[in-house]
Amino acid sequence: MTTTELSDLERHFERTIEHDLRVEPRDWVPDEYRATLIRQIAQHAHSEIIGMQPEGNWITRAPSLRRKAILLAKVQDEAGHGLYLYSAAETLGADRGELTQRLISGKQKYSSIFNYPTLTFADVGVIGWLVDGAAICNQVPLCRCSYGPYARAMIRICKEESFHQRQGYELLMTMMRGTKAQRQMVQDATDRWWWPSLMMFGPPDGDSPNTAQSMAWKVKRHTNDELRQRFVDMTVPQAEALGVTLPDADLAWNQERASYDFGEIDWSEFKQVLRGNGPCSAQRVAHRKRAHDEGAWVREAAAAHARKHREAVAVA
Amino acid sequence: MTEQIKHEWPLYEVFVRSKRGLNHVHVGSLHAADDEMAIRHARDLYTRRNEGVSIWVVRAADITASSPDEKDPFFAPSADKVYRHPTFYDIPDTVPHM
Amino acid sequence: MSFDNAYEAVSEANDEARWAFGTGFEDPLAGVDTTLPTGVDGEDLAAYCLMLGDDALIASHRLQEWCTHAPELEDEVALANIGLDLLGQARLLLTRAGKAEGSERSEDALAFFRDEHEFRNVRLTEIPNGDFAFSIARLLVFATWRLALLQRLADSKDPVLAAIAAKGVKEVTYHRDYAAQWTVRLGDGTDYSRKRMQTGLDAVWPLVDELFAPHPIERQLADAGIAVDPAGLRAEFDDVLAQVCTAATLTIPDAPPRAGVSGRTGRDGVHTEDMGFLIAELQSVARAHPEATW
Repeated sequence: MTTTELSDLERHFERTIEHDLRVEPRDWVPDEYRATLIRQIAQHAHSEIIGMQPEGNWITRAPSLRRKAILLAKVQDEAGHGLYLYSAAETLGADRGELTQRLISGKQKYSSIFNYPTLTFADVGVIGWLVDGAAICNQVPLCRCSYGPYARAMIRICKEESFHQRQGYELLMTMMRGTKAQRQMVQDATDRWWWPSLMMFGPPDGDSPNTAQSMAWKVKRHTNDELRQRFVDMTVPQAEALGVTLPDADLAWNQERASYDFGEIDWSEFKQVLRGNGPCSAQRVAHRKRAHDEGAWVREAAAAHARKHREAVAVA
Repeated sequence: MTEQIKHEWPLYEVFVRSKRGLNHVHVGSLHAADDEMAIRHARDLYTRRNEGVSIWVVRAADITASSPDEKDPFFAPSADKVYRHPTFYDIPDTVPHM
Repeated sequence: MSFDNAYEAVSEANDEARWAFGTGFEDPLAGVDTTLPTGVDGEDLAAYCLMLGDDALIASHRLQEWCTHAPELEDEVALANIGLDLLGQARLLLTRAGKAEGSERSEDALAFFRDEHEFRNVRLTEIPNGDFAFSIARLLVFATWRLALLQRLADSKDPVLAAIAAKGVKEVTYHRDYAAQWTVRLGDGTDYSRKRMQTGLDAVWPLVDELFAPHPIERQLADAGIAVDPAGLRAEFDDVLAQVCTAATLTIPDAPPRAGVSGRTGRDGVHTEDMGFLIAELQSVARAHPEATW
């Protein structure tokens, strides 16, 4: 390829981004754009799949059949979201098998939030309310991401996430109307999940080196701190309506900014969890690896069966 | 080594006609060992087994394309699984942003 | 798409087709007369509903345990769908049981506050999952049997049972098909997978006969046109299994049936040792908070 041809392609790519048009699978894109997207989409897909574990933990113990059905359907949705996202990553030339290898070998990350344990049934509700709520804040802007297949997957995912959040909140409301023990469970779960939820938006802007390039490519639409503030502003009134206290003494309305001030996040814990030392980090990856390894003979058998029958058809 | 970690099942593209009178629309892809499995997975994943939905699957390797052909995925969930629908959850209007 | 309110953005108009906002959901019992049929003993009808409801509830529980353990992500979705279908059938049948016995015990009271010996599911549904081959063999046997049963139950004189069965037929047809396809793939896959599939089928087989042994209540209600006598399902079952096993290059096992205790088995509330652990897990949260609402 000559230099002129390459710069033509680059110009075309840049114009597409500039005019807010979508980049589509067979378009030429810079290598770094492709690599950034594959990494981001894969991590997002891994998060959906690993995220099945903390909630899946409670399916067999759900205390009513209606809640059991809701939870099973929700965890199933997460498997679906993972599949949509892997599918989007594959349009960029990634291979799902390779991405799975990177996940189970610890080479590729997923959202750190799922390295925290679910300790009571209230966690199911709080994850819906806070974790899915934070995910929606992060993900809604991605519905306008410059890469078409990713943006389209996100539209579908956001719609489903939004009612996962409603499900979670409705469970918490029901529990808050219940016994004292139930109310305590909700408060305890809120105490445990609040700070990790704020960490879901990533490091502060000053400490987020890739943000500028991602924003220029319109892969990312808002900075981490903007999204975090948005989430806090939305969530505080919801906590009040629910009747729980968010575990932050510094949380206060700031008239001047027309936003809530909130306390300092413990970034040392964030980094510790990110390095793979979260309460459940080892367990989550080992679980996924075990399921994948134990399924190998099944996948192989299906492939062998299909091969035999294709050959049989070819001979006939 | 690369051969070993390659996904064992081929990639299929999925097209769904959500109701009569509409075209089949590309909704995404999945992996399956054979055509039958691909149809079944497509029904589970992309239509949640809503009846009256027509599905095409085709191995991605068999598609000859000149340009991207993706469309927005819209299809109805199983009508009887009410917990899949946001309106099933009774949230008072006074709760903000729900 | 506005960023001012993330929730507005995701609930934008034009998604009626997907979410059916405000439209009626299909109630399988819509328009069905739910009063008890005359001349039928309510206790017996309730017991029968519990038999079929517990089969579904416990089979669903074992499928729920597959969640995050499936051999491929697409199968996570498929197994969860089957688990959800069976859970839905259990809810309808348990609700009907509460109504029939006149106690108005809810589906949750019946699922979470009965003791093990009050559960009437067949033992096939409760034994642990084993590997994928065993679970597929169990699902093939269970779905083939249940489909034959529900097809006949759709003609029940109890309009509620008939409606539940008619809905279930569509679902269980799909379950049977899923299990049959996997049986064939594993049986006629690699040498290794054939061995494992055959082992799975062999392990399930001793619990097959129990499916076709009618409980006195089943026989009595079958005579009244309400229930289905499972003894009459064996021929169809054998025929389907033979077809699937032929395609899968597997052998129908020749294993003797597992005995009961003084002749009593799952339908009589006499279960395996595994059942106690299953029930303990199922009921743990509900029983820890008996006054709670969820």
